[in-house]
Amino acid sequence: MSKLRIPYIPPSEITPSQLVLSRRTFLKSGAAALAALAAPAQARLAAQASAYSTQEPLTPFSDVTHYNNFYEFGTGKEEPAQRAHSLITRPWTVSVEGLVQKPRVWDVEALLRFPLEERIYRLRCVEGWSMVIPWIGFPLAQLLRQAEPLGSAKYVEFVSLHDPRQMPGQRLPLLDWPYREGLRLDEALHPLTLLAVGLYGELLPNQNGAPIRLVVPWKYGFKSAKSIVRIRLVEKQPLTTWMRAAPDEYGFYSNVNPAVDHPRWSQARERRIGEFHKRPTLPFNGYGDQVASLYAGMDLKKFF
Amino acid sequence: MGRASRTESVRRPRLAWLKPFLFLFALLPLARLVWLARGQGLGANPVEYVTHSTGTWALVWLLATLAVTPLRWLSGRNELVRLRRMLGLFAFFYASLHLLTYLWWDQFFDWNEIARDVIKRPFITAGASAYLLMLPLALTSTQAMMRQLGRHWQRLHRLVYGVGIAAVLHYFWLVKKDLSQPLLYGAILSLLLAARVMHWLRSK
Repeated sequence: MSKLRIPYIPPSEITPSQLVLSRRTFLKSGAAALAALAAPAQARLAAQASAYSTQEPLTPFSDVTHYNNFYEFGTGKEEPAQRAHSLITRPWTVSVEGLVQKPRVWDVEALLRFPLEERIYRLRCVEGWSMVIPWIGFPLAQLLRQAEPLGSAKYVEFVSLHDPRQMPGQRLPLLDWPYREGLRLDEALHPLTLLAVGLYGELLPNQNGAPIRLVVPWKYGFKSAKSIVRIRLVEKQPLTTWMRAAPDEYGFYSNVNPAVDHPRWSQARERRIGEFHKRPTLPFNGYGDQVASLYAGMDLKKFF
Repeated sequence: MGRASRTESVRRPRLAWLKPFLFLFALLPLARLVWLARGQGLGANPVEYVTHSTGTWALVWLLATLAVTPLRWLSGRNELVRLRRMLGLFAFFYASLHLLTYLWWDQFFDWNEIARDVIKRPFITAGASAYLLMLPLALTSTQAMMRQLGRHWQRLHRLVYGVGIAAVLHYFWLVKKDLSQPLLYGAILSLLLAARVMHWLRSK
């Protein structure tokens, strides 16, 4: 039996390596496109770094997304992560209305076309814990300026989605649904005030307030309304959900303030999630240099 | 041999089985915490988790203790009283873990801050009261103390009703908005106390 000699031909001689590599890139980008179609929440968001970001170590993604106060999905901290899959975030619109020259109903996809920034902010919950979260979004001021607020507009009210089918926690009259929050117009226009559409480089997970939420880093976390559907400019100070629920415990301003305790617990210290020892809480959550001037001359014990 | 001691000997094995079983069962919540802690299963805020868990179980064993007497009346099984001390001591055990978690991992033994908390915050005041009322009950739980105190023992141990009320108030005043859990425990406590009032009225 004659032996047939088969010469060894390295694969690189058959297909040039650039082609192999470009085919890989093609497959990868195809897979990424498919994944993006199948699960839009996994899409990476392009965002500019911001000078407003803190250098502090980030709270792990799993803690940011599994330790949430979002009563629309239950009062347990882990419930939002377990139950928020019922929230449908596309299509979604946000109306900017009230005392504005140009009211407009925005599609969330149009909001995603605002120039996005990554803002790494501290978040201090009124309950005494805190996190550091890399949000992605754009300053609320950009949206409000497009609406051209009238001179009579003094406050901004934020209304979250009200749909008990999507938000099972709303089947209980625990709070007066829909969730409402508010800011003074100058607070709303402050460059730190962010409309967030993502975190950790991805679209917002449902439990964190998808598809669009407010982030006001110098105020207690509950001021940062989630899953917003309406932004209304008004003349009078809005009555927020927590003010309605417990007026002696939650005020309109709710600025982080270690000197003003919650009636039932101290606000002097906080536990950063992931840390064992508590740390002192800073006035305005450490953003005093940027925002303290907004409250010059105000008695912060009275306007808590 | 008297009739009473015969029924005694019949019923004894059943309780003999129940008591060690209950003892092991009552240790499960603690075992679970240790297990979760080893596997990073205590969530994002482990100290909060341990505080809530030990507090809840202290309340559960306290209500179980208070359920013994009404259950005796309902079932006619007086031997159930033999479980009462153990249940009460488990309530004290979990309350001690709960208190220690607060003193150590929440306040890091900052006694000024702790004193301020007890004075200023009604839910801490209630919790501290519940524990202080429990302390003499735990200390006088031995046979020797029972004998020594005689009829005063029972009077002293009526403090347990105060412990129950203070413990439920402690829970009521600490939750932010969702009162469903404290209401549930409050309802069970009310039922157990109402049973005593009914019994007392009937026996008058």
